[in-house]
Amino acid sequence: MYSSIMVPVDLAHLDKIDKALQAAADLARHYGAAVHYVAVTSAAPSEVAHNPAEFAEKLDSFVAAQARAHGIDARAHPIRSHDPAVDLDQTLRNAGDAIGADLIVMASHVPGFADHIFHAHGGYVASHSDLSVFVVR
Amino acid sequence: MEESLRMSNEIDTDYVIGQDNVQTKIGPFGLDFHNPVFLISGLSVIALVLFCLIFDEAASAMFGALRPWLTTKLDFVFAIAMNIFVLFCLFLIVSPLGRVRIGGKHAQPEYSYISWFAMLFAAGMGIGLVFYGVLEPLNHTLSPPLGVPGALDADGNLAAAAVVEQATRAGMAGTIFHWGLHPWAVYSVVALALAIFCYNKGLPLTIRSAFYPILGERTWGWPGHLIDSLASLATLAGLATSLGFGASQAAAGMNYVFGIEATDTLKVIIILAVTALALISVLRGLDGGVKVLSEANMMLAFALFLFVIIAGATADIFSIFGSGLATYVTDLPALSNWIGREDTGYFHGWTTFYWAWWIAWSPFVGMFIARVSLGRTVREFVVCVLIVPTLVCVLWMAAFGGTAISQMTSDGYMGVQQTIANWTPELSLFAMLEQLPMTTVTSLVGIVLVLVFFVTSSDSGSLVVDTICAGGKIDAPVSQRVFWCSFEGLIAIALLLGGGLGSLQALAIATGFPFAIICVGLCYCIYKGLSTEEI
Repeated sequence: MYSSIMVPVDLAHLDKIDKALQAAADLARHYGAAVHYVAVTSAAPSEVAHNPAEFAEKLDSFVAAQARAHGIDARAHPIRSHDPAVDLDQTLRNAGDAIGADLIVMASHVPGFADHIFHAHGGYVASHSDLSVFVVR
Repeated sequence: MEESLRMSNEIDTDYVIGQDNVQTKIGPFGLDFHNPVFLISGLSVIALVLFCLIFDEAASAMFGALRPWLTTKLDFVFAIAMNIFVLFCLFLIVSPLGRVRIGGKHAQPEYSYISWFAMLFAAGMGIGLVFYGVLEPLNHTLSPPLGVPGALDADGNLAAAAVVEQATRAGMAGTIFHWGLHPWAVYSVVALALAIFCYNKGLPLTIRSAFYPILGERTWGWPGHLIDSLASLATLAGLATSLGFGASQAAAGMNYVFGIEATDTLKVIIILAVTALALISVLRGLDGGVKVLSEANMMLAFALFLFVIIAGATADIFSIFGSGLATYVTDLPALSNWIGREDTGYFHGWTTFYWAWWIAWSPFVGMFIARVSLGRTVREFVVCVLIVPTLVCVLWMAAFGGTAISQMTSDGYMGVQQTIANWTPELSLFAMLEQLPMTTVTSLVGIVLVLVFFVTSSDSGSLVVDTICAGGKIDAPVSQRVFWCSFEGLIAIALLLGGGLGSLQALAIATGFPFAIICVGLCYCIYKGLSTEEI
């Protein structure tokens, strides 16, 4: 049913997305789908990496570890954004289209009052993307 | 393995961006800020605002005296520091170090030249150009620097043609001096330092990082906390007071043009409107907000500029441009000199005040320029941040100020001169436009230009303060930028209604003194940083 699953990952907070990673891997094995891990960074140094090349390498090693752990076809997509704090949602939507994904699996928190003003990324992608979105809470 | 991922010229430090950050939630809003820079900046601004509100008189006596003291007694510090910045930038243009690329050898520019130039003006200088573009050239023509006689005699009549001609040249040169190489040199130094230490050396995008060659690992301790706190304090105080004064100026403009009474209510509405638009811009991010607004405002400014050139004294504008620029080049050494100056009205009243102001503004403008300058070579960067904006400022001053000068010297129109005599600088632009066709439309364009420049300043300022207070993390929650932007608006309203705008602004300008010394240190750090880069 699905052949290409996109999983947005935040390399700075991998501990918070365990459930989403597991769900994506299970679905991938079930449908024989490839998993595309997408991570967004700016050109400036961050808590994850000192430069975009290092960021890409870190994503690669994370993706390789996922492939080994779950026995899935896993690919890495490091993406640059000028202002990730704001552009993240649009960047993820575009990435979904560029990859040709047919399912997005992503972690999100339980919506609260603040989401009326600053929406959660998972919620935004689910409301605005044409693709099926599995928001893991 | 870990090491191989790093670029060879990066600084080897164990500091991890965000390691001193507190990640928490206040109510439903997520926060991610640097401890203690966030608290020091926030609390000291609140304390200073309360001090200025409650003890308005004491504050204005104290801070009010601070500024003339600094710009008179310590004039040499500002003059020497600014001259060093210009010479250092010119050195970088011709030095082989100019070949270093920001972000490493293979980095690509993130923004086109047009967007980049638009954003250079959005952060700090746009507002000033609109306000002082008409007033300053005429003011300096009436009382020129370097002892040149003014264009009017003691009775207020036009002097002989040769005297007027000489006063115009000296006046234009004196104006260009304040808006030309010197301010853009200090912006270049701060911006280049930040860009190199962030994009090439892998350190967080915050002011302290540039001091790594001097401070070493102490950068991450108290010396760094102090530098960053001072930078965000200066930016916040400077932005909030500019917004407060700007609202008064915009209200005065509306009163002059449309006859709307400039009440406190109108001023508060202007601050609220500017802040609301800035918030929308903040929520749209760098590309969807500041960049779009800056480009739109640049187009509008360009349209007004073309209009003034065509409808104004076209021939005079071009001749004033040429003669002003030439006189600037020949007068530059004399204007830059700080020893034995007799024209103290110009030197202390204008030059050193401007120097303090530009330097106090430099962490803000520099940091914003750094953020958008990835992928340029150092030479390209310095030429584009130093030379091109200088020429743009000269053209702008020649068009707006040149028209005002020509209106007085050729047509005998004293409207703009009146705004100087009565010291209502906010009306100079409108008094000049009054003599040209379509006054209502062009005056409205002038008001819109100023307001949009306020929006872009407020937005880019929030971005900068937030980044500094988040320890150089540029992906901290947007709610923090919203907080800073609203905070600036609230300070402006509180001080506008309660008094104390002048005091806090004097304090903001006074931070120019420590920064003057800090920025000289930056020149050394840039040199050290560039020397270890691959060319």
